[in-house]
Amino acid sequence: MISTPALQDLTMLSITNLHANVADKPILKGLSLSINAGEIHAIMGPNGAGKSTLGYTLAGRPGYDVTDGSVTFLGEDLLALAPHERAAAGLFLGFQYPVEIPGVSNVQFLRESLNAQRKLRGHDPLSGADFLKLARAQADAMGMDMDMLKRPVNVGFSGGEKKRNEMVQMGIIDPKLAILDETDSGLDIDALRVVGDGINRIMRKPDKAVLLITHYQRLLDYVQPDFVHVLAGGRIVRSGGPELALELEREGYKDLAA
Amino acid sequence: MTDTPIKDQAAHDAAARVADYEHGWSADIETDFAPKGLSEETVRFISAKKNEPDWMLDWRLKAFRMWQTMESPDWAKLNVPPIDYQDAYYYAAPKAKKTLESLDEVDPEILRVYEKLGIPIEEQKVLAGVEGARKVAVDAVFDSVSVATTFREELKKAGVIFLSISEAIREYPELVKKWLGRIVPMRDNYFATLNCAVFSDGTFVYIPEGVRCPMELSTYFRINAENTGQFERTLIIADKGSYVSYLEGCTAPMRDENQLHAAVVELVAMDDAEIKYSTVQNWYPGNSEGLGGIYNFVTKRALCQGNRSKVSWTQVETGSAITWKYPSCVLNGDDSVGEFYSVAVTNNYQQADTGTKMIHNGKRTRSTIVSKGITAGKSNGTYRGLVRVAAQADGVRNFTQCDSLLLGDQCGAHTVPYIEVKNPSAQIEHEATTSKISDDQLFYAMQRGLGQEEAVALIVNGFAKEVLQQLPMEFAVEAQKLLGISLEGSVG
Repeated sequence: MISTPALQDLTMLSITNLHANVADKPILKGLSLSINAGEIHAIMGPNGAGKSTLGYTLAGRPGYDVTDGSVTFLGEDLLALAPHERAAAGLFLGFQYPVEIPGVSNVQFLRESLNAQRKLRGHDPLSGADFLKLARAQADAMGMDMDMLKRPVNVGFSGGEKKRNEMVQMGIIDPKLAILDETDSGLDIDALRVVGDGINRIMRKPDKAVLLITHYQRLLDYVQPDFVHVLAGGRIVRSGGPELALELEREGYKDLAA
Repeated sequence: MTDTPIKDQAAHDAAARVADYEHGWSADIETDFAPKGLSEETVRFISAKKNEPDWMLDWRLKAFRMWQTMESPDWAKLNVPPIDYQDAYYYAAPKAKKTLESLDEVDPEILRVYEKLGIPIEEQKVLAGVEGARKVAVDAVFDSVSVATTFREELKKAGVIFLSISEAIREYPELVKKWLGRIVPMRDNYFATLNCAVFSDGTFVYIPEGVRCPMELSTYFRINAENTGQFERTLIIADKGSYVSYLEGCTAPMRDENQLHAAVVELVAMDDAEIKYSTVQNWYPGNSEGLGGIYNFVTKRALCQGNRSKVSWTQVETGSAITWKYPSCVLNGDDSVGEFYSVAVTNNYQQADTGTKMIHNGKRTRSTIVSKGITAGKSNGTYRGLVRVAAQADGVRNFTQCDSLLLGDQCGAHTVPYIEVKNPSAQIEHEATTSKISDDQLFYAMQRGLGQEEAVALIVNGFAKEVLQQLPMEFAVEAQKLLGISLEGSVG
């Protein structure tokens, strides 16, 4: 295994003046944001502010067209990479609505995905036995039954199970940067704690970073952010520390809408 | 890849056009052609070439005369260009040296053909003494004549007869006479009748009473001579209480001109016998503009003659420009079982009209049909299936599931089920779905690290899983790869 250089205090993600259209409609209008290794950032904001668009645009979803600005990820031009190359570079997107893939087991899906990433990074594929060991450990850590990992991806999973499955996937893939799009939505209070613990366990490390996209303060009770940003009208309109989230919870977004 | 001798500019151009076909190349093997065109002379030539007895020649000639009075069927949802039957060769055999003892004696050029195809000739492992290698007997059909038949000794010990059909005609005339044309009658359909007249070779299998065939039997088909129609003939007889699994797989080299393939496969299962017949079909589908490709007009039928007999068809159809194929079961024996598991993939300009017929004549007969159609590009795929329950057949059950998956917005998927029930006790279920690979699924898989083609292959394999898991292991892996390869370039 090649050792990675110390990433602490490195700029992991640098977004400068990002403009992005969806179906020719401008959604992101000059968004700038910088995230260092070891940091957890929360992005909050009203519906329609462009929060999910930010996640999709960074992950390279087709149909999310960057019209201006730049994004560097670990010093590389992120926007020049295809979606699977961004994944291999270490970017993980936790989906707000995890997708069902009938007939494909979680185990197969994740093993193929992980090995595709390893191949792009020039590493040997993980053997079936090694992969299962890893998968079992991550499932256990999230309190997920191994049987669920053998079931088709997200098929017949409850909303909470899907979100938990996203965290198991994140644990197995072990990314550098996790963008978690409303990972807290649809979770009851117990599940919220499990998911929050998972994020801390997997991602709160000096060489990793998290961008939490959320509506509500409640996830931030479990995952303490270093920075909180308010996204409105396609831009970051305010930034602060954890106290900003509490303020927003009290007073709402109405005064912030651009 | 070795260089292919290119005869003229037109062929060279054609080769260039279809160079993206993975298996598109042609080997240089001397061919012994029948005269071009189709006449009584052709039929006599083929029969003479194979040293056939008079009864066989008479049978062929009867079929040929019958065929001349028949017309090509046009009821399928296919657009078939007129075929000039006089502009083709009906017999091509690699020049025989002598009877072969082992693979070593096979023309190295032929072995290279197999190698280039990446065909898992499992027997190579067995010959090399690989521990635990599963025994698969390969009756290699190269062009029209069986070149090498192996494992004959071990099979003989079990009493299994596994021969080319030409050999069987000479060595077991009574068995062949009894069943040839009994399951698929000579007059059955235009292409079957043609096959009766000009079939070149194929496989004969007999499993004696109470014998479980000690290995999976396998035939790899390959069309390799220009303008040569392929008319394979297969007959498998499973006697009482026996079991056999038979694998059939094929690819073809590139061709600019359309090649006709009209095989006939007949299976018969006696009391308590079971036949599992698996096919992976990857003939040249034509290029991305719809030029060239194989016409695959095949008649496959099984007779579940005995009580409690069972026949299971599994097919993965990815190749051919046009596929017209309905592997069927005639369930005569009481409590007999018919199964049909199918994945049919069409891309570019391919057309497939495929399905099955389950004819329930016996009491308490059961059938299962699972059809997965995947269409991409500008292709069209049709499932056409018949479930018929005779008046005397009490307690019949059928379950049919037809799923279609569309890639893109210029392809077509069609489902045409026919259900004819003359006995009120029958329970018939039919389920059908049509779906598209969603952008959500693709992006989700790509975000986890899969390239676009890999993501498509993964999703498609998931869709086809129920069928793929029916295949023997060696085939399942090959088939999964094939699905991915067949759909390359279909998204994005």
